[in-house]
Amino acid sequence: MKFSRYKRETSAAIAFGLLLVIVGIVAPAFFNGGNLRDLIINNAPALILAIGMTLVILVGQIDISIGSQFAICSVAAGVLAKTGMPLPVLLISILLIGAVMGALNGVLIGWLRLPSIIVTLAMLVLWRDALRWITEGAWIQDLPGNFQWFGLSQQLGELVIVAITVLLFAVFAWSLGNLVIGRKLYAVGSDTEAARLAGIDTTKVIFGVFVVMGALTGVAAFLNAVRFSSIPGNTGVGLELKAIAAVVVGGAAISGGRGTLVGTLIGVALLGTIGTALTFLGINPFWEKAIQGAIILVALVSDAALDRLGKNGKLDLAGARAA
Amino acid sequence: MADNALLRAVKVSKAYDGVQALSDADLTLNAGEVHALVGENGAGKSTLIKIITGAVQQDEGELFFNGEPLINNSPALSKSLGIAAIYQQPALFPELTVTENIALGRERRGIFGLINWNDRRKAASELLGRVGARIDPETLVSELSMPQQQLVEIARALGADARVMIFDEPTASLSEEDTRNLFRVIDELRSAGVGIIYISHRLEELPQIANRVTVLRDGRTIETREMTGVSSEELIRLMVGRDLSKVFPKRPVALGETVFELKELGSRAAGIRDVNLAVRAGEIVGVAGLVGAGRTELARTIFGLTEPDRGEILLRGEPIRIGHPQEAIEYGIAYLPEDRRRHGVVLDFPISSNITLASLKKLSGVAGLNFGFGKEREVAEEYTRRLGVKTPTIYNTVSTLSGGNQQKVALSRWLMTKPSVLILDEPTQGIDVGAKAEIHDLMMEIAENGVAILMISSELPEILGMSDRIAVMCGGTIARILGRSEATQDRILSIALGHLDTNNKE
Repeated sequence: MKFSRYKRETSAAIAFGLLLVIVGIVAPAFFNGGNLRDLIINNAPALILAIGMTLVILVGQIDISIGSQFAICSVAAGVLAKTGMPLPVLLISILLIGAVMGALNGVLIGWLRLPSIIVTLAMLVLWRDALRWITEGAWIQDLPGNFQWFGLSQQLGELVIVAITVLLFAVFAWSLGNLVIGRKLYAVGSDTEAARLAGIDTTKVIFGVFVVMGALTGVAAFLNAVRFSSIPGNTGVGLELKAIAAVVVGGAAISGGRGTLVGTLIGVALLGTIGTALTFLGINPFWEKAIQGAIILVALVSDAALDRLGKNGKLDLAGARAA
Repeated sequence: MADNALLRAVKVSKAYDGVQALSDADLTLNAGEVHALVGENGAGKSTLIKIITGAVQQDEGELFFNGEPLINNSPALSKSLGIAAIYQQPALFPELTVTENIALGRERRGIFGLINWNDRRKAASELLGRVGARIDPETLVSELSMPQQQLVEIARALGADARVMIFDEPTASLSEEDTRNLFRVIDELRSAGVGIIYISHRLEELPQIANRVTVLRDGRTIETREMTGVSSEELIRLMVGRDLSKVFPKRPVALGETVFELKELGSRAAGIRDVNLAVRAGEIVGVAGLVGAGRTELARTIFGLTEPDRGEILLRGEPIRIGHPQEAIEYGIAYLPEDRRRHGVVLDFPISSNITLASLKKLSGVAGLNFGFGKEREVAEEYTRRLGVKTPTIYNTVSTLSGGNQQKVALSRWLMTKPSVLILDEPTQGIDVGAKAEIHDLMMEIAENGVAILMISSELPEILGMSDRIAVMCGGTIARILGRSEATQDRILSIALGHLDTNNKE
């Protein structure tokens, strides 16, 4: 029972394990400390975004605007940093900016019941072009010294990034399993109408999820921005696809109601490692995207196959559903 | 089988999920006749129609079309033979024109696969003329009224050279004039040799239109008769006349105060009006009526799923406003919805989480923190034991349970909210006989604990067997409330059909 609930996560974990074993045999240099550290730091913001995306997908929605939200938050972080704002205040401001953009999605999708793919597609274009118009494509340069790596040494700064990411992951993973709201998320995603009939305010749940997605986007943008000495205006392009891909590879159902953050973690790890692994294996890194695409397809196909298998075990159920 | 019948169904049976919807049903349709098909909700009419149109396959029995066995029937096959069904809600493409709708699926293409628009328009006009519809073929279907859409659908069937046409409650929402026009069209179809199956709850209109009538009851063909000389009363008797030997665990319960009251409740969105009803503690009020009479809509309005725009809901004499199911639950109102699989339970959730889903607040501390997993297990185990849910553990997903056990889980969810008003919508629909009896036992127990129960059911024996009083709904309102002793199947059905309330008003 327990295993079958996590079989989708398990297959992603096995794939990740296989990748590590192959790399370990062919190119053990992959496992040097510096490389692993780079991998973790590079993927920390992606993981934070994927946490939010997991929640969004769990309730049966999608958010493809986060790449543009990420860009807005990044640029805002740079601009605010140059005003000399203290870092904790800066972090909270960026988080709020993200939350407001998420709330906008939430109002349109939760209350007005507009389809999330269209709403967030519009936002993707809107935020991106608004930013381009304001910055005219310029980079934010000359960031104050206390901004990069939080004004700490690079080692310490990286440690802070990892610590915040781990903390967020732990809090969300625990909440999903142990708080009432976690139960509600799964119920809304499994069947929104059934959840409503059980007295769950589905509108509020969906709204809340988008707010959280926005806030996490802000945090991810901030943690990403402090790694560099300047902030490009076109940052974050395609991040939404990366996050969605990681969630799906991690075993979440795109129709909602099924998925775990552990699965998402594996998904981020698998997709985030593949590029570097290819380099170490001596394969042209141009293959990275193609292989990532293949992994997503394999995940979806095996998912469908598992589903069909499960239903064959209880044929009467499938039949009655069809009727 | 030498036979000159156009369509013949012989000993057709069909079971859904272990529940027999149709058993050994027979139907013979001749060319050039209008054959009425009548029966209560759940008598098997729709199942029979679905088998004829190929939407579902029968488990046993055979279909013959023109004397030839009709094997492996499918929607495509039946359509190609000229079997067409016209439902109450027209199934047209609203954003296409009338011409496009009529031509769809029978495109005759010219050279290079080009569509000859002129031909199509001419054909459409001609077909519309045959059904007496004065409609511009270039109108979008979404701009047409319901009766006009129905005529377009008939025209489309004619265009596809229909030989068997099935009308399912076609007059349910038609005005008298539109009904007359429809009858004229049906009459012409009959003269043209089309065989017509006509389903309607309006028994009084059958003599005007039908040649023969077949009565279905509990999935069986009871009788086929010539329409002349059959009265509505006789038909009703045939529709309900099943044996009442089945015993219900009804026990007298000392009734308490009036817990729950509806005064002039109405909601345009839900299609209900002027509903007056009071339910006392320990009382079971059955809500009977035909599909579409507004029973589920009434329940949904009470539970805060549709906004009422008139009247009020009183709880122990206090008027209350319910804007959301959450509020209804806080007031102690519980609603077990009709479609168990879709709405009653979350199939992918374990039994335990399903039971606690409406009471999550009770299991947790401030702001949803400290979720009581131990408490959840305790409660879930208590209810599965009390209600006799057959499962190895409370952590099995509900999808692994039988229908009856799923319903017990759904019921447990609402019992856990400790309701004072329990609305049950088709509580035993589609579950096997044994589990049915168990649910009925539970209902008695719940009533004895002083809960006011409103039980919507399409099964008249269940209504008669379990209810203290019976509210019969018709046309969005409660047409009459019958006491347990004065209620009979015939009376309930007559009122539900809109008959008796004229000659038997209080």
